[in-house]
Amino acid sequence: MHIHRYEKYWLMFGGGIIIAFIVALFVNAFAMGMTPPSDLQRVDPKKVEQTAPFDKPGLKQVGPNEYEAVMVSFAFGYNPNQIEVPVGSKVTFISTSKDVVHGFQIPGTNVNMMVVPGHVNKVTHTFDKPGEYLILCNEYCGAAHHMMMAKVIVK
Amino acid sequence: MTQEVRVDQKAAKLSLSYILVAFIGFGIAAIAGLLQGLDRAQLITLPTWLNYYQILTAHGVLMGLVFTTFFIEGFLFSGIARVQNGKLTPLGLKLGWVGFWVMLIGTVMGVITVLMNDASVLFTFYAPMKASPFFYIGAALIVVGSWIGGWGMFAEYRNWKRNNPGKFSPLFLFTAVATMTLWQICTLGVAAEVLFQLIPWSLGMVDTVNVLLSRTLLWFFGHPLVYFWLMPAYMTWYLIMPKIIGGKVFSDSITRLVFVIFVLLSTPIGFHHQLMEPGIDPKWKFLHVALTLSIAIPSLITAFTMFATFELAGRAKGATGLFGWFRKLPWKDARFFSLFLAMLWFIPAGAGGIINASNQLNQVVHNTIWVTGHFHLTIGTAVALTFFCVSYWLIPHLTGRKMTRTTNELGRLQAVLWSIGMIFMSGSMHTLGLLGGPRRTAGTTYMNDPTALSWIPFHKLAALGGAFLFFAAMLQVGLVLYLAFKAPKGEQEYPMGDVAEDAAETPRILERWPVWISVAVILILVAYGYPIADMIQNPPPGAPGVRTW
Repeated sequence: MHIHRYEKYWLMFGGGIIIAFIVALFVNAFAMGMTPPSDLQRVDPKKVEQTAPFDKPGLKQVGPNEYEAVMVSFAFGYNPNQIEVPVGSKVTFISTSKDVVHGFQIPGTNVNMMVVPGHVNKVTHTFDKPGEYLILCNEYCGAAHHMMMAKVIVK
Repeated sequence: MTQEVRVDQKAAKLSLSYILVAFIGFGIAAIAGLLQGLDRAQLITLPTWLNYYQILTAHGVLMGLVFTTFFIEGFLFSGIARVQNGKLTPLGLKLGWVGFWVMLIGTVMGVITVLMNDASVLFTFYAPMKASPFFYIGAALIVVGSWIGGWGMFAEYRNWKRNNPGKFSPLFLFTAVATMTLWQICTLGVAAEVLFQLIPWSLGMVDTVNVLLSRTLLWFFGHPLVYFWLMPAYMTWYLIMPKIIGGKVFSDSITRLVFVIFVLLSTPIGFHHQLMEPGIDPKWKFLHVALTLSIAIPSLITAFTMFATFELAGRAKGATGLFGWFRKLPWKDARFFSLFLAMLWFIPAGAGGIINASNQLNQVVHNTIWVTGHFHLTIGTAVALTFFCVSYWLIPHLTGRKMTRTTNELGRLQAVLWSIGMIFMSGSMHTLGLLGGPRRTAGTTYMNDPTALSWIPFHKLAALGGAFLFFAAMLQVGLVLYLAFKAPKGEQEYPMGDVAEDAAETPRILERWPVWISVAVILILVAYGYPIADMIQNPPPGAPGVRTW
């Protein structure tokens, strides 16, 4: 097929950029391990309260400055709805849903994941600055979706 | 040279029916949109009988499904008639009408359930939120109706090929077939979800639903859907625009190639909507990310082709210098002016799309109102402005009326108001999204949380943009009604571009649909075969339905 000379240059330029993007994302994901939240564990949404670790939601220290925050999502809130950690803590948020699909996001950080009934999801963040962080649901989940929130207090 | 061809009475009536329903839906959706902006900016409080999420559902379904699908069916039927001496075959007409009525019944069912607050589940109706079965049946009928219309277009294509053996089909017919082929492939996902999962479950025949599978099937359809909106806009840019600016279609083969790439790459990319989701291996997500980025290539080709078309037309009119052609473009003609703004808006829109699709950057913007800002630039501006500008000449052409000087000026004003509105609304939404503001959320301060309070000025700016957009939308609906029923009688040209004489000959392979459809199916099997088989064979624990609104 005949392609115009300038079009060839443009295609090489455009195609080159796209390839560069894909390579950069590939290196990010597989060499540096920066894959998005994609946990593969499952849990029966009807038995969340009887299934570990969701039978005991809350904050658990797992190492020096390292915590796991098990937080059950439901319409319209999180359990627990407030956790406190010291500055510099690395927190892994672990959540599942008891009912519909929810979001789990902390504005100002990269904490952002979907909480889907039947699945467990996880995301990790290190809190370097003290303050009150808002956790909010960013996936529509019903009439009081805009009230669904929790807090992380970093001291 | 093509002589002046008029779309005949029968085809015009069919096309006009679709387009009028489209704009009625658009007008109602615009009212819902304005109310949402005002609520989020906390400028009004909605009455208790009118839920924010109810009008959000109405806005999404009416804009995203009713306005677009009805408009596209009507526009494509009119263009197919235009390239066939103004006529549709009896079979094409019949299927067109059956499709119209099926879609209309589906729309009415959907709208009634939404008004009764039985289906405040938004445009994406994510399970296990459980709406009234009539909502799902209505959505299914809209899709099935659009299939039937598409079959009518395929019948036109087959008829043309039979009467013209060995020849290339007219470009408009080819690109219409490409658009409808993509639609028939991608809607299989949502049809499977609705028919096999949601309808039996909402009727109470099964207790639980496989949520992961339902989301995957929805997004199998959900992203190609945006290309189904975009392709008719591209048809206008590639085939109609050259005639309006007094130029030629740049290249027959490039045009066909771009549409073939859309058919191939639009579907196997849905996981980029599920990047933040559990249950899907990151490797599969990455495959979809790479394919998603590749689909920027036809858009880059389009950018080149559009400017090449502008420049060639300008030079043919005697423009000199590197950018002299720019001044030769018909800026005073609403048919071109709106279109140019639409194309301009697609540049930042496409750049935002690359950000959304990148698996890491997505974590910053996923489900924030940035995404809403993004699709208000793509579908809400690039595509919608193109459709508006088509309506300015298509409606008078179909009704035997004429676009007047005043309609031309109002059309240009409409595009300016719309663009100003989008600068404020979409600009604020993009900013808010980067700050972490969620989408699909009613006005809230999260109990006076300082972060959420700091967002309010941006919500107010977005509402200001919404007000501009609302006035522009009402002006558009007014123009449509005027052109359909009140404009002076006359002749309005259906601008259809001719291919440049010196364009290279088109390779045969580009017209071989069996080849391209097979490649598309193989790509889909590679991207979705294993993940979907796995979701069915090893399903996650099922979720019971809930009504949470």
